Amino acid sequence: MSTQVLFGQLLVGLINGSFYALLALGFAIIFGLLGIINVAQGTFYMIGAFGGWMLLNYAGIGYWPALILAPLIAGVIGMALEKTLISRMYKLDHIYGLLLTYGLMMFIMGAFIWFYATAPRPYPVPPELGGGYNLGFMFLPKYRAWVVVVSVVFCFATWFVIEKTSVGRNLRAATENPMLTRAFGINVPALLTFGFGVGVALAGLAGVLAGPIKNVTPLMGGELVIVVFAIVVVGGMQSILGAIITGLSLGVLEGLTKVFYARGSDMVIFVVMVIVLLVKPAGLFGKEK
Amino acid sequence: MTQQVMIDTRPAPSRAADRTLYLLGLAALLAAPFFVYPLFLAKVLCYCLFACAFNLLLGSVGLLSFGHAAFFGGAAYVTGHALKEWGLPFEFAAILGTAAATFLGFVFGYVSIRRQGLYFAMITLALAQMIYFLAFQLPFTHAEDGLTAIPRGKVLGLFDLNNLYVLYYTAAAVFLIGYVLIMRITHSTFGQILKAIRENQPRMISLGYRVNNYKLVAFVLSAGLAGLAGATKTMVVQLASTVDVHWATSGDVILMALLGGVGTLFGPVVGGVIVEMLQFYLADSGLPIQMVIGAIFVVCILVFRRGIVGEIQRLLGR
Repeated sequence: MSTQVLFGQLLVGLINGSFYALLALGFAIIFGLLGIINVAQGTFYMIGAFGGWMLLNYAGIGYWPALILAPLIAGVIGMALEKTLISRMYKLDHIYGLLLTYGLMMFIMGAFIWFYATAPRPYPVPPELGGGYNLGFMFLPKYRAWVVVVSVVFCFATWFVIEKTSVGRNLRAATENPMLTRAFGINVPALLTFGFGVGVALAGLAGVLAGPIKNVTPLMGGELVIVVFAIVVVGGMQSILGAIITGLSLGVLEGLTKVFYARGSDMVIFVVMVIVLLVKPAGLFGKEK
Repeated sequence: MTQQVMIDTRPAPSRAADRTLYLLGLAALLAAPFFVYPLFLAKVLCYCLFACAFNLLLGSVGLLSFGHAAFFGGAAYVTGHALKEWGLPFEFAAILGTAAATFLGFVFGYVSIRRQGLYFAMITLALAQMIYFLAFQLPFTHAEDGLTAIPRGKVLGLFDLNNLYVLYYTAAAVFLIGYVLIMRITHSTFGQILKAIRENQPRMISLGYRVNNYKLVAFVLSAGLAGLAGATKTMVVQLASTVDVHWATSGDVILMALLGGVGTLFGPVVGGVIVEMLQFYLADSGLPIQMVIGAIFVVCILVFRRGIVGEIQRLLGR
């Protein structure tokens, strides 16, 4: 087998892994903070991608502003949904939060299919990032390298903010003990809304980044969220760092599987999940409660 | 402490009123094909049984499975293959399908049952997704095409299932067997233990119950009955496809139970009828079915968590 194929798939795996990491990270933040399983995480990925496409096609706003605007739009939509609907679930059985976001996912996806049908819409690669580098053993398109770099930077920046700054301290305090955090005068409901917004904005960012690589279609987030579930289970539900590392490495593993056993590539992440559940049920980075 | 909404604290209903209701229901079941197209009814009954089987898990132990399509669709494929390629009669094909779903239920349950609540839902969804991918790759499932034009054959070697009335009453018999079984399980000692585990798991553990074993048995039973529903559906509509194992099917069955009433035995039947009718009428309307289903989901969860049957029971004060 040629090294071209191997490194090519490795890059594809790394890119998918970047998207997995961004989505899983957002998912883990939302779960840790709100105790909500956000089934609509993939939907916000789709909203991010569509946001970029709409900005370009309806407003003539190009890739670079869209890179900021589309995740913001996804975040604002998320915060509005949290404030109006999702926040009503906190006092109920956790199952209802999952079912509500599932309903929202179906509704939003259905609405997009209604207006835009399922045909894929291309999104051009920004001209500044056209072309690529010839590394000798493979050709590296600039845009793909950019996607990986941006994703990794954003993932670790988010991790840094949560673990090392005062905003992050408040978030972590609200996760550990919301009552006590409130008693210290911190506005926990606002913090929850903000946390949900950040979580889905990360998915939105993955969506804009994905636009030029994968085509934009209403169906793009539906299956993805199930892979993200598996990744989060492997990484350990509450672990921020676990979500990032597992997302990236399982993406790479998926790419490698495509080279060595193509038929298994759809399933390899789920197989890893089963093995991890049998050996270390709390996940690789999780703590057993 | 989170508020448990699914807890059923009503006093035991009066027996005489119940008997009247059962007889009325049975009469409706027998008379229905003379008023509505029997093929459609037979299909609806399969989905109703599917919803009841799913609810056996959520309603009694409080475990939300997001992967029941794997059992429904898995059995649909096995039964379809047995009918089409091996030419087995319906009874044996259905038994094979049910057995396959039961086995799959054991494997799924073994992997996932030790994880609580939300984990459990996510893991079952992920496991079911594996079955979905397998359906695209295994030789006997025929990828996107699925199994089509599956012959129905004869039931008990005597009655031709291509006769719509034979078809309907066979499906009705399967439904009835399944429903009565679920009712017996729910009211049995085993069912009471399941309920107790849902209400207070730590106490049941301290009383010496091996709760995971009870949960596993409940899961396997639920999977097997979902398989029976899938097997019968394949015979009725003569089709087994990737739609049967898709996550949206797992979502639909949750909606059926939720809409009808999770805390009730009959609720999933009502929910099944409504959701199937919706799908049937919306198919021609141009409205995207997903959007409508999503909207019903949201409304149900926000204002209507007891479901239709649950609300009626509350209004009647039972």
